[in-house]
Order: sequence, then C-alpha cells, then structure tokens
Amino acid sequence: MTVKAASAREEFIAGIRTELPILVGVIPFGVIYGVLALESGLTPAEGQAMSSIVFAGSAQFIATQMFAGGAPGFVIALTVIIVNLRHLLYSASLTPFVMHLRPKWRWLLAYLLTDEAYAVTVTHYAEEDRITESEQNHEGHLHSIGNWLGNRHWFFLGAGLALWTTWQLSTAVGITLGVVVPQGWSLDFAIALTFIALLLPFLKDRPSQAAALTAGVTAVLAYHMAFKFGLVLAAVIGILVGVWLESRQ
Amino acid sequence: MNVWLTIIVAGLGTYAIRLSFFVIFGRRGVPEHFARPLRFIPPAVFSAIVFPELLMPGGLLDISLGNLRLLAGILAVLVAWRTRNIVLTILVGMLALWLMQWLMW
Repeated sequence: MTVKAASAREEFIAGIRTELPILVGVIPFGVIYGVLALESGLTPAEGQAMSSIVFAGSAQFIATQMFAGGAPGFVIALTVIIVNLRHLLYSASLTPFVMHLRPKWRWLLAYLLTDEAYAVTVTHYAEEDRITESEQNHEGHLHSIGNWLGNRHWFFLGAGLALWTTWQLSTAVGITLGVVVPQGWSLDFAIALTFIALLLPFLKDRPSQAAALTAGVTAVLAYHMAFKFGLVLAAVIGILVGVWLESRQ
Repeated sequence: MNVWLTIIVAGLGTYAIRLSFFVIFGRRGVPEHFARPLRFIPPAVFSAIVFPELLMPGGLLDISLGNLRLLAGILAVLVAWRTRNIVLTILVGMLALWLMQWLMW
C-alpha cells in the first residue's frame, strides 16, 4: 500500500472541507462579535477592520469589552498581544511543515494561523504522518523529505482561507444586525458567556484550575486599578501560580 | 492612542507572534522553560474576564441571589461543562438572564 501524493487542488479542497464543521461554531461567534463591537462604541469600519487586521476571535472580544470600559489604547493592545501569545506555540509546532516554502508563502500562512486553522491543520498532518510511518515500517523504505512535504501547505491555506472568509462575512452580518438591535437587551453579557464556554475546556488539571482561580480572584480585587490594568496583572499572577504548581508536581 | 492605532498595533503584534518561528527561530522548536507558561495563558486570561463580569455587575462586588448575571453565569458554567458547546452556552445563559429580568419586573 502506498500513499499517493495529493495534488495542490486536492489538498486545498480537503483543507476547506475539514474546516467546515468548525465554521458552524465560528459563524455565531463572528455575528456576536459584530453586534458587540458596535455596542462597545466602535464604528462599523473599526469593528470590521479589527476582524481583518487582528483576526483573532477571543482577543477581539476582550478588546471590545475593554473599549466599552474606556481602557486606554496601549493597555488594550498589550492585552490583545498577551492573549495571542499562545500562537507562539502554534507557530513553533507548524514550522517544520513550512520551512521549505518561499518567504511569501510563510508570510501568508502566518497571517492565517488562528486557533481554528491550527487545530485542523496539525490534526491532519499528525494523522497523515501516522499513516506514512506505518507504511514505512511495512515496506522498509523512507520517503524523501520533498515527497513527504509535497503539497501539504495547500491544506493549511484551504483551512485558513475558509476560516478567514467566514470570519469577515459573519462580522459584517453582526455589524449590520448591531445597527438594528435595540439597547437594553443586556447583549454585553454574551461576552462573559462566550468566555465561560472558552474557559471550561482548559480546566483539565490542577495547575490550570489554580491559574484560573487566582487570575479570577485577582481580577476582582484589582478591578479598579488605573488604566484597566487589573486584567493584565491578574493574568500574569494566574500564569505564575500555574507554573509554580506544575513545577512542584 | 486612538482606536485605529490600537487596532493596528494589536494586529502587528499578533502577526509578529504568528510569524515568529516561521521566519526567525526556524526548526529549533520552543525551549521548554518558555513553552510551559504559555499553556496557562488561556485559562488565566479567560477567567480574569469572567469573574468580574459575573461578580461585579456595574463595577461593585455583589455576591447575592439578587445578582442575576451571577445566577445565569453559574447555569452557563454547567452547560459549558456538560456540553462543551459555545453556542448552546450563550443561548442558555442569555435566555436565563432575560427570563429572570422579565420575572423581576
């Protein structure tokens, strides 16, 4: 049995198709973001620009919440950057698959490196490599690196572009709805609910739970700090507690 | 810093993070002492947003049955825990808040 190298077109379409189930959850997320961006006082152009320039769901929600609370720009930008630091891990983990590409490709794929595109792409690569490895053990021959990498970056591009397009369009729908949704529906509460849903899957082990609890309590205690800096302080303290507990285990 | 500048700085910072290993660090991978703190960023940040939203509506600490956001939030935690479904969590939480606000009238 041999795994035939897929064409660029096949990889691209496979990337889009694998991304589809995730998009079901992304669409309402984008619509809610669009509505909330307007509620927080951003103009439609600013709300849409954030989706294309920052292009990071949860960080955009945090930014709208901070814009609404009147936080200064440098604290908002700093918070967004801290929240997106986890993408360092994604960048590192996908680097072996993009190092052979021309710089233009790498610059483009980095722009598309979101939680959702990463999750799908890294899972797909890991599955393919398992198949290739078992085949190698079976037939006892090694594939050359060139064959192994093949057109796989097209899968990443397909998944990333599918997500990008969906995010821009659902933001636009939310912004359009936001103009007609009346105030007083407590829609800002949807941000808190969104983060509850995002938070729960991360509470798998003791150090993570402790990090979340300390960060939460610190955020309450430091709520009235100048420049809304309490959020950054709370996150840093939570992270330190998590690292400390993990190192003791 | 105005809104546009904020968005551009946040966007450039985010892009630099995503690009980092693709162009600079190469194949060496993330050093262990560097990777470890990163995994605590999501739980810490998300929780730091959720706690004040539920416990301090309007900016004042309110741990009581009169705090409808806290009640609706606890229900949402249960839904998120059991289903891991973002849309369902938002729907149940919003409906619970609206229902309680309507009953309080």
